[in-house]
Amino acid sequence: MALENLIAFFLLNYLRKNFDKPEPFPNTNRLLIIGMAVAAFLGLLGASDVGPRFLTSLLSLLLMGALIYGILTLPSFSKGRPIVAAILPYVSITFLAEFGQILFPSTYSGVEALFETAEFFAFIWAVAQWWISRRQRKALEVQRLIAEQKERELVLTEKIKAQLEIEVAERTADLTKQKEELEKALTDLKATQEQLILAEKMASLGELTAGIAHEIQNPLNFVNNFSELNHELLDELEQAAEKGDTDEIKEIIQDLKNNEEKIVSHGKRAEGIVKSMLQHSRKESGKKEPTDINKLADEYLRLSYHGLRAKDKSFNATYKTDFDPNLPQLEVVSQDIGRVLLNLINNAFYAVGGKEAKEAAQSRGGEYVPTVTVTTKKLPKKVEIRVIDNGPGIPDEIKDKIFQPFFTTKPTGQGTGLGLSLSYDIVKGHGGELRLQSDLGKGTEFVISLPSI
Amino acid sequence: MKILIVDDERDVEMLFRQKFRKEIKTGGLELVFAFSGQQALDILSETDPPQVVYVFSDINMPGMTGLELLEKVKTKFPNINVSMISAYGDTENYNKAIKSGAKEFFTKPIDFDSLRKEITALLN
Repeated sequence: MALENLIAFFLLNYLRKNFDKPEPFPNTNRLLIIGMAVAAFLGLLGASDVGPRFLTSLLSLLLMGALIYGILTLPSFSKGRPIVAAILPYVSITFLAEFGQILFPSTYSGVEALFETAEFFAFIWAVAQWWISRRQRKALEVQRLIAEQKERELVLTEKIKAQLEIEVAERTADLTKQKEELEKALTDLKATQEQLILAEKMASLGELTAGIAHEIQNPLNFVNNFSELNHELLDELEQAAEKGDTDEIKEIIQDLKNNEEKIVSHGKRAEGIVKSMLQHSRKESGKKEPTDINKLADEYLRLSYHGLRAKDKSFNATYKTDFDPNLPQLEVVSQDIGRVLLNLINNAFYAVGGKEAKEAAQSRGGEYVPTVTVTTKKLPKKVEIRVIDNGPGIPDEIKDKIFQPFFTTKPTGQGTGLGLSLSYDIVKGHGGELRLQSDLGKGTEFVISLPSI
Repeated sequence: MKILIVDDERDVEMLFRQKFRKEIKTGGLELVFAFSGQQALDILSETDPPQVVYVFSDINMPGMTGLELLEKVKTKFPNINVSMISAYGDTENYNKAIKSGAKEFFTKPIDFDSLRKEITALLN
């Protein structure tokens, strides 16, 4: 009966290590150890033939029976069931053989060979069961590992997903921030552009200042001079009246009248200059009104010329005008067209004032007379204003860019690069056209054509 | 005695003629006017030798400036006196004018008293 108890011993030990929660008894582990001790004791008894064989076998049967019953009925011991399935036939046959041998020795000896055969097959069964169960366990183990792996992957995936979500949120926040920054930059740019346009206006006004001062000083001098003259004439008139010299009186009165007219005309001239300066610097664009283009062109030509003269003493150039006396009045915003004219004329003077034009002319062996010419001409349905210089001309590669904003050939700080761009827009805004013709070494001609009704 | 006044402002003529009307009437003063440097040279070249004895010229004029005219007059007619009248009375213009042989340098607005002194001295 040693082998059965050994089986019981290992089975108990197996259960001790593999029972599931919850514990079926308050002290399952201790109970099983006691069971193991009992099995070991019974095994020793059986092996040594000490003590009554029947009692030992009976106790062994009870132990094995209780054990198998427990395994089959208690859910916590369910892991022992495959082992029970494996050993049950063998254990049943050996106990049957044992008790047959003890209780019915004569009958048993007759069927001993049968029992031995049965034991043999039961043993093979047990081994086969053990082997199958081991395979199943291994397969289960593999599945479990796969499941664990999947679980780990799932956890990892979740983690990555969470990470990605955070990154997406961060990126979205970044993009939103960038978008806001860009929008702000755009707003700033627009504001800057407006400021630049205003700055250009003011810069051209600044260029005008000296010219304006000169242009106002001259009529003002005349006003003062003719006033003084009239004062003197009045004294003379008094003397003549005392003498009763009628001819002299008449002559003096005529002079007084003429001088008075001059005072008025020069006063108006100064007023006109101040007015156009104020118009030029005005922020909002003005209204279209009938404008004498010849007068406007002449005014800005003089302002530009005297402005440059006052700024640079060494500057000199000739200007010529060829105005069409039959020019109709045009419906234009006069200060805007004035700005265009001022820009083109300033550029023209700038072109003829440089060294290049002079050198080019001298290399051809001629004397260079820097000249800016402004002409007007009435054409069918339109009026053409030309600003012509005999400067160095504009190279082809620059011609395309010349009307682009911020394009300038002047040294940094001297030109905003907005003059021609704004001029182009202003002329377009009047339904007109601004174009240029230029020959290298000969000069440039800007043509403003404006529609006339 | 002929005096030439050069200025691109045409009303200068009326002004001068009235300012010096007494001198013109009784003092033997004759005024001629030119409105550009070139016109001034043309007037000076009308007779040989020129009748004009004194030239008063503005400096800032389109085309030929007063300073250029001064140089040309001094080269061609060294005996003719030339004085400048300019709105820009800076030292640069002044030095240039005096170096080129200008007799006097008057600034605008014109002080007719000093101008009259200059002309009267010439007449006597």
